[in-house]
Amino acid sequence: MKYTLSVLVENHPGVLSRVAGLFSRRGFNIDSLAVGVTEDPTISRMTIVVNGDDYIVEQVTKQLNKLIDVIKIKKLNPKEAVERELALIKVNANSQTRSDIIQITEIFRANIVDVSKETLTIEISGDEDKIEALIELLKQYGIREVVRTGLIAIERGNKVISKSKSEEDE
Amino acid sequence: MAKMTVARAMVEVLKSEGVEIIFGIPGAAIYPFYDALYSSDIKHVLVRTEQAAVHEASGYARTTGKVGVCVATSGPGATNLITGIATAYMDSVPIVAITGQVNSSLIGKDVFQEVDITGATAPFTKHNYLVKDPKKIVRILKEAFYIASTGRRGPVLIDVPIDVQMQEIEFEIPKEIDIPGYKPKEKGHPLQIKRAVEAIESSKRPVVCSGGGVIASGASQELQILIEKQKIPVISTLMGIGSIPTDHPYYLGMIGSHGQKEANLALRQADLLIVIGARLADRALGDTKITDNMKIIHIDIDPAEIGKNVDTNVPIVGDAKQVLSEINKRISERKDFWAHEIKAQKKVLPDDDKLHPYDVLREISRAYNGDYIITTDVGQHQIWAAHNLYIKEPGTFITSGGLGTMGYGVPAAIGAKFGRPDKEVIAITGDGSFQMLLQELATIKREQVPIKVVLFNNTRLGMVYELQKKRCTGRFIATCLDGNPDFMILAKAYGIESMRLESKEKLKEAIEIMKSHKGPFLLEVVTSPDEPTIP
Repeated sequence: MKYTLSVLVENHPGVLSRVAGLFSRRGFNIDSLAVGVTEDPTISRMTIVVNGDDYIVEQVTKQLNKLIDVIKIKKLNPKEAVERELALIKVNANSQTRSDIIQITEIFRANIVDVSKETLTIEISGDEDKIEALIELLKQYGIREVVRTGLIAIERGNKVISKSKSEEDE
Repeated sequence: MAKMTVARAMVEVLKSEGVEIIFGIPGAAIYPFYDALYSSDIKHVLVRTEQAAVHEASGYARTTGKVGVCVATSGPGATNLITGIATAYMDSVPIVAITGQVNSSLIGKDVFQEVDITGATAPFTKHNYLVKDPKKIVRILKEAFYIASTGRRGPVLIDVPIDVQMQEIEFEIPKEIDIPGYKPKEKGHPLQIKRAVEAIESSKRPVVCSGGGVIASGASQELQILIEKQKIPVISTLMGIGSIPTDHPYYLGMIGSHGQKEANLALRQADLLIVIGARLADRALGDTKITDNMKIIHIDIDPAEIGKNVDTNVPIVGDAKQVLSEINKRISERKDFWAHEIKAQKKVLPDDDKLHPYDVLREISRAYNGDYIITTDVGQHQIWAAHNLYIKEPGTFITSGGLGTMGYGVPAAIGAKFGRPDKEVIAITGDGSFQMLLQELATIKREQVPIKVVLFNNTRLGMVYELQKKRCTGRFIATCLDGNPDFMILAKAYGIESMRLESKEKLKEAIEIMKSHKGPFLLEVVTSPDEPTIP
């Protein structure tokens, strides 16, 4: 089972290594980890996709909460959150295949961001399934490189993850 | 606001935190701090290896309830602290460790005596800091003391580059500490407390398992009220020994793979286990399986401990003292103590003319009547001490429970004696453990620390020797300590009085000599290698 955790952390050097270190040391598996600064420049937000059962996710949450730099953690419900990932895909393209690829790109509402004689580079954002589907379709042309950001997620509606650590999260 | 160097500011903050004593060794990357220390009233104890500095700070912290402070230089000084820091982390001991670091412009270039100590200690410090901005030093030190001494306590390390130590800053102590990601919760949830009360009252065979958290939170009195009202037998982890007096009629002993039979028996028969300030790791549970028939109430200040090793029916996050006093307000009285039969089973130890370790420990208990602080090292003697010593008050049995660090005992005793000079401090050790940090005899001599060391010498790494005897059909490898020094001559070399005890007839006399001696004293007890951990 996959879980998406949204984690507010202090924007300090070394926080990422603390979080990553905790995962390896406690034997938790991360599927992806994306991090960037928030609306408050002193705070960064990590979106961590964890693979495991309820026990693992509870332990991950509790252990993360013990890190002094971690301000708040929320487990996101996929139904109530928007989840996106960005991928850049470099695929083989020649005069015969180029137009097919462009068509596929349009169907996926993806963008061509770079063209060369032998390749096309496609930018796509969306949930994991959409990106997987595009990669699957492009495989027939020969994929040279894929770069993915890992998932980021935000709750739908008015809900926000505020800075104050409330009790129900502990 | 006054202008001063960072080094001076560090000393000022230590003073404002009430620090009276620091354990450490200076070095090139920490000399500005030491220079600032020169003109302060804070006592500095020069140890002979940095690991001992942490253990001494730990012994001090565990006997005073204050934060222990230790200092080392960069590189090897810092790495030598590591075992001590990990030991303190596993046993939740409040320590602030200060290390020097190379010039901040050289960090990452692998220069002389450079090591990434914040990276290295991240897994076993509660938090750590590399100070890059001189202006932040005061706040960081204040935070460090706050973090180390609140919630589930633990070690915090601060690494200060030498150029930062020398910079001038405006000194001002912040009025309050607010760390957004650190809000320890001390009060238990009222609903869970209500559920706990119901569970205790409706149980037939409740058992309390008392851990180090009970001692750390100062909850012994509250615990006694609860168990006396509800007539609950108490078992303890190694760290929990002393949380109630070991001669209390409801105390059944230590649990686990090296525990006492009565305690394990009670654990197996319980229908409700009330775990307080303990994590119930592998050694504590031993062969005992927690079954579905047993309900569990788990009280711990660290939410991450609850549900980690055992499933819990009633989780209560909070400080043991506060939670127990809330429970006590609501709990009724019970008529009968269910564990009479278990209690009556007390094992009789062989009483022959040989000198057994338990004879020695029982004689010490009798002679001092529990008026002492005991520290132990790690090995057979640790278990002998845990089973046989009379521990009267909480915080008077100090041992490396979680990490099991050999070498802990003697330095911890030194720290304990500095913390509680009014108390007799006795380190119980073995020849294997003792030799891991025996250079601290020099610290004892230099500082004239009047501690007593009882050294069980069986010329073995006894615990492993015994394991090889049982599990490897006597294929003994690397457990015989041939080449041990003559400990009498060794003590003499350090100018410490000593005595060797070899026979039972001399036992009373030997303990009397040790007890009446004013200064430091080493009592070597010649012990048979075949003396089992649990007779």
